[in-house]
Amino acid sequence: MNIVVCIKQVPDTTEVRLDPKTGTLIREGVPSIINPDDKAGLEAALRIKEKNGSHVAVLSMGPPQADEALREALAMGADEAILLSDRAFGGADTWATSTTIAAAIKNLKYDLIITGRQAIDGDTAQVGPQIAEHLGLPNISYAEDLKIEGDYVIVKRQYEDRYHTIKAKMPILITALSELNQPRYMTPGGIFDAYREKKVTAWGLKDITVDTSNIGLKGSPTKVKKSFTKGAKTAGKVFNLEPQESAELIVEKMEEKFII
Amino acid sequence: MNISEYKGVFVFAEQRDRKIQKVAFELIGKGKELAKELHTEVTAVLLGKDMKDEAKKLCYAGADKVIYAEDDLLDLYMTEPYVYTMHKIITEKKPEVVIYGATAIGRDMAPRVSARVHTGLTADCTGLAIEPDGDDPKKLNLMMTRPAFGGNLMATIACPNNRPQMATVRPGVMQKAKYSEQNPVSIEEYKIEIPKKCKNVEIIDVTKIIQQRMNIEDAKVLVSGGRGMKGPENYPMLEELADLLGGTISASRAAVDAGWVPKDRQVGQTGKTVRPNLYIACGISGAIQHLAGMEESDFIIAINKDESAPIFEVADVGIVGDIFKIVPLLIEELKKKKVASK
Repeated sequence: MNIVVCIKQVPDTTEVRLDPKTGTLIREGVPSIINPDDKAGLEAALRIKEKNGSHVAVLSMGPPQADEALREALAMGADEAILLSDRAFGGADTWATSTTIAAAIKNLKYDLIITGRQAIDGDTAQVGPQIAEHLGLPNISYAEDLKIEGDYVIVKRQYEDRYHTIKAKMPILITALSELNQPRYMTPGGIFDAYREKKVTAWGLKDITVDTSNIGLKGSPTKVKKSFTKGAKTAGKVFNLEPQESAELIVEKMEEKFII
Repeated sequence: MNISEYKGVFVFAEQRDRKIQKVAFELIGKGKELAKELHTEVTAVLLGKDMKDEAKKLCYAGADKVIYAEDDLLDLYMTEPYVYTMHKIITEKKPEVVIYGATAIGRDMAPRVSARVHTGLTADCTGLAIEPDGDDPKKLNLMMTRPAFGGNLMATIACPNNRPQMATVRPGVMQKAKYSEQNPVSIEEYKIEIPKKCKNVEIIDVTKIIQQRMNIEDAKVLVSGGRGMKGPENYPMLEELADLLGGTISASRAAVDAGWVPKDRQVGQTGKTVRPNLYIACGISGAIQHLAGMEESDFIIAINKDESAPIFEVADVGIVGDIFKIVPLLIEELKKKKVASK
């Protein structure tokens, strides 16, 4: 069985701060990580590999430094890594990104494709289902549990108010939630292999079959018109009082606002 | 693509258990505003089974028209039958704008529809507006504003050269229009035959999460606890406070990740957006991801022992102090008031 896992290298947004003077993002010194949902997807693939035996390929589209994320995936136990990187792919929205990734996946063997539900820098949750659409595959999003039974997957699909347990025949694309599992750490031996024994294959535009009018910035239907930081709401008053006075003050304010 | 052929604002009306979801009514409210500026109508698209009567509610909520497609395969949400039907309706009717709720349904189907139609899709919008195109002022574009980088940054996105312009919109952000059973009802029953190739999955079980508590998006008062609550054993105190105020409890991501509070209580970028009349933040420092989910609340009271906590920057009333001392006293004061008013 062949599994392809799509991963994205993202800045750890919990570490991104705003410059209080300029209101711009401070990205300096912010570590890059494998997007958490994607990492759970990779872990799920590795567990299937251990149980059922399969070949796990990881694929990442991004700048050359995404190599680091792919090495981490190799160190965790992936068999093959592909870095999809080309200036022509840059500035892509989800439509163009999914078109590019789908074209790359067509070069690989797959029974199961796993992507994360969404990346923490963009939060769109679009690329997974769109890859499935471009490949003409069914997809199941928001997987909280994933099992393999013969040629079938059994997925616990999360909704806000319920779960559906869904059975479907492979090939299929699944989008993984970080709740799926607790990803393993790299082992020292794994890290050694990832840099010495295994390799990251680089693919550019020339390595995939794609209509160039559908990729990169110019192949993107959506355009970012502007970006800005939210104007902070003006703060009210901050009080530093004794506990009893504090409680009384809160009640008083609630009465003023007709809450009680 | 001849953009001028595309007319009208479509709203995807999400249903679960044959009940139209609240987000659909919110989208109609926003859809009406957009339709007015575009000099067009707002149409709600409902996919389901045995919902002819329920469909009328969409008109009562302000939709000029309803397109209702009925099939066994549209009863419970399944990606491919929904995408097939929506794609067919869009290619036939050619709307200029289609909006969906940014829910576990909308966020799954809309990306596939966008890929199939070959148009853009902007996720999780918190603002939608109409603006004339920079190069062709007669062309009107949908400007879609959304948070990125965990809410640190807002981006306004347009889809100038493709139609329809599509967006998913966060539940709880848009205002419903006035609901009136006097509104005229106009329902088109849309005939659909879903081919076999769309049925690749089988739903073998449906498990509902039993809500013991009020939904946090519906609560008028939220008492929210964060890392400063120290552990699940301290939440009954917040429950008691919430009960006294006729509300319910919610939490920051830290408290949910620690396993103290279930995920459906989470407020913030990766949780829910809430706008209650009163939000009491207890032991929540106020990471920007949290603020993104609650700063629209009418009145915010924050209690935190750290006076430099960012939560105080959005609070109407900030109290620097110990929640474990203040909250019990506050409960006592409220009880006194209740007794007095009786």
